[in-house]
Amino acid sequence: MEIPYTVKPRPDTGLYNAKIGIWLFLASEVMLFGALFSAYILLRVGAPDGFWPDVPTAWPHGLLNVPLGTFNTAVLITSSMTVMMAWTALKENNFAKFRKFMTVTLLCAVLFLCIKGYEYNDKFTHYVIRLKDGSALTGHLEINGSSPRFWTEDTLAAKKLESVEVLQDIPTVLRYPSGFKHEEVAHEPGEHHIKREIKTADIQSLRPFVPATGTFFAVYFTMTFLHALHIIGGVLVMGYMTFVGGGMWKTEPERYTNRIESVGLFWHFVDLVWIFLFPVMYLL
Amino acid sequence: MDFFKYNILRLPEVASAHGDRIDDLIVYVHLLMAALFVGWLAFFVFALLKHRRASNPKADYVGARSHFSTYAEVGVAAIEGLLLLGFAVPLWAKAVEKFPEEKDALVIQVIGQQFAWNAHYAGPDGKWGHQDIKFASTTNPFGLDAADPATKDDVTTLSNEPFLLPVNKEVICKISSMDVIHSFKLPVMRVTQDAIPGMSIPVHFKPTKIGDYTITCAQLCGNGHSKMRGNFKVVDQAAFDKWFADKAKSGAAGASFE
Amino acid sequence: MQTATTHAPAHGHDHAHAHEHHEPGFFSKYIFSTDHKVIGIQYGITSLLFLFFGFSLMMAMRWQLAYPGKAIPVVGELLRKVLGDEMASGGVMSADLYNSFGAMHGTIMVFLAIVPLAFGAFGNYVTPLQVGAPDMAFPRLNMASYHMYFWGGVIMLASFFTPGGAAKSGWTSYSPLATLADTSNVINGQTMWLLGMVMLITSSLLGSVNLITTIIQLRVKGLTWMRLPFFTWAQFVTSFLLLLAFPPLEAAGLMQLADNLLKSSFFMPTGLVTSGGIVPVSGGGNPLLWQHLFWFLAHPEVYVLILPAMGIVSEVIANNTRKPLWGYKSMVYASMGLGFVSFIVWAHHMYLTGMGTTISTFFQTTTMIISIPSVIILTSLFISLWGGSIRFNTPMLFALAFLPMFGIGGLTGLPLGFNASDIYLHDSYYVIGHFHYVVAPGTIFALFAGVYFWYPKITGRFMSEILGKIHFFGSFVCMNLIFFPMFIQGLRGMSRRMYDGGSTYFGNGVDPGVLKLNEGILHAALALAFFQLFFIINFFWSLYGGKKAESSNPWNATTLDWATPTPVPHGNFETAPTVYRGPYEYSVPGAARDFIPQDQKD
Ligand code: HEA
Ligand code: HEA
Ligand code: CUA
Ligand SMILES: [Cu+2]
Repeated sequence: MEIPYTVKPRPDTGLYNAKIGIWLFLASEVMLFGALFSAYILLRVGAPDGFWPDVPTAWPHGLLNVPLGTFNTAVLITSSMTVMMAWTALKENNFAKFRKFMTVTLLCAVLFLCIKGYEYNDKFTHYVIRLKDGSALTGHLEINGSSPRFWTEDTLAAKKLESVEVLQDIPTVLRYPSGFKHEEVAHEPGEHHIKREIKTADIQSLRPFVPATGTFFAVYFTMTFLHALHIIGGVLVMGYMTFVGGGMWKTEPERYTNRIESVGLFWHFVDLVWIFLFPVMYLL
Repeated sequence: MDFFKYNILRLPEVASAHGDRIDDLIVYVHLLMAALFVGWLAFFVFALLKHRRASNPKADYVGARSHFSTYAEVGVAAIEGLLLLGFAVPLWAKAVEKFPEEKDALVIQVIGQQFAWNAHYAGPDGKWGHQDIKFASTTNPFGLDAADPATKDDVTTLSNEPFLLPVNKEVICKISSMDVIHSFKLPVMRVTQDAIPGMSIPVHFKPTKIGDYTITCAQLCGNGHSKMRGNFKVVDQAAFDKWFADKAKSGAAGASFE
Repeated sequence: MQTATTHAPAHGHDHAHAHEHHEPGFFSKYIFSTDHKVIGIQYGITSLLFLFFGFSLMMAMRWQLAYPGKAIPVVGELLRKVLGDEMASGGVMSADLYNSFGAMHGTIMVFLAIVPLAFGAFGNYVTPLQVGAPDMAFPRLNMASYHMYFWGGVIMLASFFTPGGAAKSGWTSYSPLATLADTSNVINGQTMWLLGMVMLITSSLLGSVNLITTIIQLRVKGLTWMRLPFFTWAQFVTSFLLLLAFPPLEAAGLMQLADNLLKSSFFMPTGLVTSGGIVPVSGGGNPLLWQHLFWFLAHPEVYVLILPAMGIVSEVIANNTRKPLWGYKSMVYASMGLGFVSFIVWAHHMYLTGMGTTISTFFQTTTMIISIPSVIILTSLFISLWGGSIRFNTPMLFALAFLPMFGIGGLTGLPLGFNASDIYLHDSYYVIGHFHYVVAPGTIFALFAGVYFWYPKITGRFMSEILGKIHFFGSFVCMNLIFFPMFIQGLRGMSRRMYDGGSTYFGNGVDPGVLKLNEGILHAALALAFFQLFFIINFFWSLYGGKKAESSNPWNATTLDWATPTPVPHGNFETAPTVYRGPYEYSVPGAARDFIPQDQKD
C-alpha cells in the first residue's frame, strides 16, 4: 500500500495531508508566539512606573526606529502578496512567472533581514549611561569616528579612556538625585542628537541596548530574533524549492504546487506575526 | 473527628485557629475518597470473580444494563461540588484572604534566604525602619538603613534564630525572599506561603497553643534546602513582651550601627 | 512526500532510482528508517532504557533517603569515579548530586521514558495499523522526530558530565533558582537541560502533527470516527495536548536560556541578593511567569502520560473480557473533555504563590471538573468487566491492576485540588505519592500491559506467561509498598526533595516513625528492581524462545492492527482494508465466533 492523499485531497476532509500538517504546525506556532506575547504583557504590566532610563526596569518605549519598522512591515506585506501571486502563477501553469514572483518574495525577505540587522546593530551601539551624580542618559558612543558595540564601563576602564564622546538622544529624560526631570536640551528642530563629552570618571555604568539591559530589550530581541529565524527558515525552503528543487514541477506539478501552497501558508503566518510584533514593539 | 485526624490520617497536632477547619476538610475529602474507593473496589472484585472465564464462559454482548453508574458519577460530582462550595472556597477566603486589621495584629516581615529564615518586627515604636535594597546583604537581609532613627528599636531575628509570637493573637507575616523561591510552611499552623523574591505576600493566622515549632522550607531552593529549618516559639503575652523589650534594646541585628 | 514505501520489496518493478533495487542496508533499515514500525520500535527500546535509567537514579536517591550520609554500597564508589569527588566523595551522595538526580529522574521519566514509550512507541507502531494506514502521513518527519528525541536524550545524559553537574533545580526548573543554582559555569547543567528540552519539544511537535494527520487523513474506508478504537482516540487527544501545550514551554525555555546565557531578566525580579552580593542583573522580571508557562505545559502533560495508558488498557480489557467496551461513546467524549479542560487547570500547582480567592476558586473548580471525565472513563472500564468472560493473562493482569492504582492516584488528587487542603499538603510526600500512583503503578503498568499484548504482533512470539506473572505480582506488591507509605509520610508533614530524607525537620525526636518508613521503601524499591529482571529476561528470551503465535491474530482481536500479517510487512496491508463495524464486536449474539474483525464483511 502507498500513502494516500499526498497530492489529491481526501474527499471528506477536502484537504491533502501536507495542508493539514501545515495548519497543525501553525497552530502550535500560534501557541509559541502566544506565550511570548503573554510574557510581554505580563512583564510590561509588572514593570514599575518611572521613566526609562532612569529606572532600570521601567518600560522604555519609543526607542525603536518607527519609519524603518513601518517600511519593513510594508516589505513583508509585499512579500506575502508576491508569494500568493507566485502560487497563482503555478496554478495557471506559468512557471516563469512563478519564478519571477518567487524571486521578488525572496528579495523582500532578504531586504527585511538586512533592515532588521541594521536595526540590531543600531541597538548594539546605543547605550544607557548612568552617571555618578545620579543622572542618566542614552546615546551612541563615538570613538575615533566609529560607534563601538557592546561596551560596558569595564571596557572603558580596560581601554584607559579618559573621556568619551557621546551623541546624546533628544529629547531625553534625566534623573537627578532629587527626582525625575524631563530635560529638553536646546537643539535645532529636526536634530536628533547632540554631541557631548563625558569623563570616564563620572560614569557609573555603561550598558548597550541588549537583553541584559532590561526586560523590554530582552523581549524585543527574543521575539524579533525568533521571528527572524522563521524568516531565514522560509528563505531557505523557498529558495531551495524555487531554484534547486524546481525540477519537480516537470515530474509532479500538482505536488509541487501543493508544496508552494504550504510554504506560502507558513509565509503568511510569519508575516502575521510581524504585523502583531510591529505595533506591540514599536508603537505602543 | 479527632479519631480520623490523629489516629487514621495521623496529622500532626494543630496549633492555629483556622487549622482545625483545614483538617476537617482533609478528613471529609478522605472520607469521600475512601467511600468511593471501597465501593468501586467491591464492585471490581465482585465483577472479576463473577465474570471470570471459568464461571462465565460466554460473554454477554451488552453487559451491564443499569444506569447506576450515571447516578454514581453524578453523585461524585455533586459531593465534589459540595465540598468545593461548602468548605474549600469559604475556608480559603477566610484563611488566605480575610485579613485582620493591621493595628489589631502583630505584623512581621519574614524573608527567606539560602538557607535561613529571618524575621523583622517594627519594634516598640510601631514604626518600621527605612529599608532599601542598596543596604541589603546576606547579613542585613531586610536592607535596614541604620541612619533612620526608626530602625533603632526594630527587632530582627536572623539565620534561623527562633522568633516569638504571642499566643491567641492574630499574626500577619509578610513573606518574601531575597534570592530564590522558598516556601514558608508552618505545619502545625497549617500555613504555607511561597516566599517569592520581588514580592511580599502576607499570610495571617492565630496561634492557639504554646510551644516550640519549626518552619519547613517547602520549595526546592538549592543544595541546603533540606537544612533550611527555621524555628519559632509561641509564648504567653508576658514572655513575649519581655523578649520583645530585650530584643528592642539590643537593636536590629544586621543594620550596622556605627 | 517521497516515501520509503514506494520500494516495497514485494513489487520488484523498475524504478527510476537505481538504489531502490537493493534491499535497504543496515543504516536505512534500522537507523534511518522511515517505516513507522521500525521507528516505533526504536522509540520503544530507547525509552525502556531511559525508564530503567530513571529508575536507577531513583534507587541511588532512595538509599540516601533511607540512610542519609552513608556511602552507597558499590554504586557510591562508581559514582565517585564517574562524577568526581565533589559529587560523591567517599561514595556518599552530595546534596547537589541528590538534587541533580531528582531533577533528572523527573525529567527523564516524563519526557524521555513515559511520553516516548506511550506516544512515540505505541502511538507510532499501533495507531497507523489501527486506522488501516500503510505508514504515518509524513514518514520522514517521523524519522526526524525520533532523531530529535534521541539527540535530546543524549544532551540530557551528557549534562551529567558538564562542570557543576546536571540540572539540579527540579524537573520544574523554577527560576530564579534554575539560573542562580550554578553561576560558576557558563555552560552548565541547566543550559544543557534547556537545550535538551527544546529538542524534545520539537520532537513531540513533529510527532503530534504526524499522528493527527495520519488519523484524520489515512483512516480507511468505513472507519468513521465512532468506529475508531479507543486507543486511537486516546492518541488523537494526546497529540493535540502535545501540539498545543508544548510550545509555551518552548517559549519559556528560550527565555530561561536567555536568562542563563545573555543575563537577561525575564524571570529575575529586581533586588536579588545572594552571598555574592546584589545579583548583577537588570531585574524587572517575574518568577511566576516561568511557573505559569511551565504548568501550562506540565498539566496537560500529565494527561499525555495517562491518556495513552487508558487507551492501552481499554484495548486489553475489551479483548480479554470478550465483549464491547461499555460506554464507548461516553469514553470518547470524556477524553475530549479531559483534553479541553486540561488547559485551564494549570494553576492548581501554584495555589500557594499568593493567589486571591477568585482566581484560586476558578482553578479549583476546573480541577474538580476535570476529575469527572477521568471518573467516567474509569467507571466505563470497570463496568465493561460486567458480563464478560474474563481471561487473566499477563497483559490483562497489568491492565486490571491499572484501574485501582489509577483510582488511588486520582482520588488523592482531590485533596490536592481543593486549595484549602492543599495549603497543608502542598509539596509534601503526599504529592509524590499522588502522582506516582498515577504514573508508576498506573501508566507503567498499562505500558507493560501493552508490551505483553502487542509483543506477538511485533515478533510473532508470545512472552512467557510464567515469567510475566512473576513480574506482575512482584511489581504490584512492591509498587504499593513503595508508594503507599508516602501518603503516611506526607500527611505527617514530610516534605519532598529532602536530601536528608527529612531528618533535619523530624530529627529532634519529633517523629522518627515516618522516617523509619524510608528504609522500608528502599527495600521495596530494590525488590521492585529485582522483579524487573523477570521482565528483561522475558523480553529478550521470548524473541527466540517464546511460544510461537499460530496466527497473525493470536488474541482473536477485532481491530485492524490484528488484520495485518505477522510480522507486519513494509506498507502494512496488501490492499487497503474496508471497515464494516465498530471496534469491539466481541461475542455478538448469533455470530459464529466470539469476535468479528472490523474489516470482516457480514
Ligand atoms: C498522569 C499523571 C497525573 C494525573 C492523571 C493526575 C490527575 C490529577 N491530579 Fe495530579 N499531579 C501529577 C500527575 C497527575 N495528576 C504530577 C506529576 C504532579 C506533581 C508535579 C510536581 O509538583 O512535581 C501532580 C500534582 C497535582 C497537584 C498539585 C499538588 C501540589 O503541588 O500541591 C494537584 C492539585 O490540584 C493535582 C490534582 C490532580 C487531580 C484533581 C487529578 C484528577 O484528574 C484525578 C481524577 C481521577 C479520579 C478522581 C480517580 C477516579 C478513579 C476511579 C474511578 C477508579 C477507581 C477504581 C477502582 C477502585 C477499581 N495533581
Ligand atoms: C512519569 C513519571 C515518573 C515515573 C514513572 C516515576 C517512577 C518512580 N519514581 Fe519518580 N518522580 C517523577 C516522575 C516519575 N517517577 C517526578 C516528575 C518527580 C519529581 C521530581 C522533582 O522533584 O523535581 C519524581 C520524584 C520522585 C521521588 C521524590 C524525590 C524527592 O522529592 O526527593 C521519589 C522518591 O521515592 C520517586 C520514586 C520513584 C520510583 C521508586 C519510581 C518507580 O516506579 C520506577 C519504576 C521503574 C521501573 C520499574 C523500571 C522498569 C523498566 C524496565 C523493566 C526496563 C526494561 C528494559 C528493557 C527491556 C530494555 N520519584
Ligand atoms: Cu528554602 Cu527550600
Ligand atoms: Cu496538574
